Amino acid sequence: MSGLVATLKGICSEREGRLGLAFTCLILVFALAGPLVSPDPNVIDVKARFAAPGLAHLLGTDNLGRDLLARTSAGTRYALTLAVMIVVISSVIGSLIGIVAGIAGGWVDRAVTAVFDIVNAFPPLILAFALIALYGKGSATFVLLVTVVFIPQFGRMARARAQTLRNLSFIEAERMLAVHPVTIVVRHYLPNVAGPIIVLASMNLPVVIAFEASLSFLGFGVQPPKSSLGTLIKDGFISINQSWWPTVASALVLAIATLGATLLGEALRRVIDPKTAGVR
Amino acid sequence: MSRSQRTAAFIAGRLASVVLTIAGATLLLFLMVRLVPGDFTSVMLGPRATPELRAQITHDMGLDRSMLEQLWLFTSRAATGDFGEDVVSHRPILDIVLDVIPNTLALAFSALALALVVGIPIGVIAALRPGSWLDNGLALLSISLITTPTLVVSVILFLIFAIGLHWLPVAGAGDPGDLVDRLRHLILPSVALALGWVGYISRLVRAALLDTLAELHVRTLRAYGVSEYRIVGLYALKLALVPVVSILGIGLGDLIGSSVVVEIIFARPGIGSLIFNSIAQRNFPVVQACVVFIVAFYIVANLVVDMINALLDPRIAAGRG
Repeated sequence: MSGLVATLKGICSEREGRLGLAFTCLILVFALAGPLVSPDPNVIDVKARFAAPGLAHLLGTDNLGRDLLARTSAGTRYALTLAVMIVVISSVIGSLIGIVAGIAGGWVDRAVTAVFDIVNAFPPLILAFALIALYGKGSATFVLLVTVVFIPQFGRMARARAQTLRNLSFIEAERMLAVHPVTIVVRHYLPNVAGPIIVLASMNLPVVIAFEASLSFLGFGVQPPKSSLGTLIKDGFISINQSWWPTVASALVLAIATLGATLLGEALRRVIDPKTAGVR
Repeated sequence: MSRSQRTAAFIAGRLASVVLTIAGATLLLFLMVRLVPGDFTSVMLGPRATPELRAQITHDMGLDRSMLEQLWLFTSRAATGDFGEDVVSHRPILDIVLDVIPNTLALAFSALALALVVGIPIGVIAALRPGSWLDNGLALLSISLITTPTLVVSVILFLIFAIGLHWLPVAGAGDPGDLVDRLRHLILPSVALALGWVGYISRLVRAALLDTLAELHVRTLRAYGVSEYRIVGLYALKLALVPVVSILGIGLGDLIGSSVVVEIIFARPGIGSLIFNSIAQRNFPVVQACVVFIVAFYIVANLVVDMINALLDPRIAAGRG
């Protein structure tokens, strides 16, 4: 708990960190409080389509007369959920693969590195495109496929850390004492890899949020009736000649979310891993 | 080893790894396509699958042969640019891809040039007055530019300049014979693509320039009374640009990737919109060819950048960079 407080203090010690925290909280409150202040996001009221922002609908309505505040809030909630899931899954899998490669060395290491290199040879959006086109849409598939795109980054980081750890004397000592390898990994590797991985994960969160939005905008991500920020921007964009407001609202929320998450991630890196902090 | 030998050895090593990576990427792509569950010809053809087309695909791709033979067939053909014939338009797939590639390259390179032309001066201005309100303001601007997704930038630019003000054309790449018209069509997409990189490059230049300005040889120049503008313009900036050059490879790949979004929003023909439309039509042979092209371009761009860097900074070739 005191660690959390210290981290928060560190984040707030600089203006960028405070700004990041403020934006992130704003987005979280917006995402979570939507259902409290606004009606059901899927209620259709065709008579009220393309209503301007007003008392009945604070953010106006879309092409089917659905309340945009409720829809944008629900979309933000879903987009954030997906992004966090993708980052968590890819960082866990990436760390495990990276640690194994770093400890094993030899051909295992070379094979893993080669696969990472090959995956990285694809521009991320293009790889996700190809995978989703071939293996289908749907939220679960989507999360898994995007995870594949992000695993190598975490894997490389964990591998590099594991390699430096492997040769340290206290780990060698435990090996001599015949401590079970899994015990060594759990007791020493995981805690030592965790710091940089958490930093990398927080830096990647805004990237994944933008990534999800782009894919959903293009129709490869979240599928109706579910909606995320990307699908909202798409829906707005299709009827942009009737009403520009829906597009701008969801685009702004997306921009604030990525800006807040980036500033917060930078601040977190400054606190946890001051050595690597610097220019992005 | 002499310096030039080391550089040559470095380049040879990079070339070898490039060939391996392209081979690996082709293999991955091949496996990705072949591991799709279900009857392969139906996956490839989707709703178009007639017995004749199935037979054509089976024959073209050697589906009646062993997996290894198929892989060889795919790789050797891809290496010579033979991706088969499109089942929709009955044109060679290579021609279809080559038709749209110039549009995407024009978009990516103009965006990159724009990002450099705007981003470097911003970085220099920020580095000359570190900690000032100007520096802080530019820092916030740069970070906002970096974090705002291309999707958001494109949509907002589209709204303001194409729909709201009617200053610039809404869609397409312009009349092929009319250079001015083509340039007018290029402005919005390339600004949309460039803005994020403006922020990124300015941050990078600022950090590298500050590092360089703190070095001993710069202090010596100052001690000799050389003016600050001369120091920055003649000596420091050159060194500060090395990290910028080294991210240009990644930059080009990223720009080509993001160009999909931009090309769709501005309804611009290009490799991004070609992939998008081909996926929508479930026309996988075309998708596959596009991906091979993009990956090869991405890898080669990185190779070229590495080589330029090795020439600029001999420490990199010596493995000490």
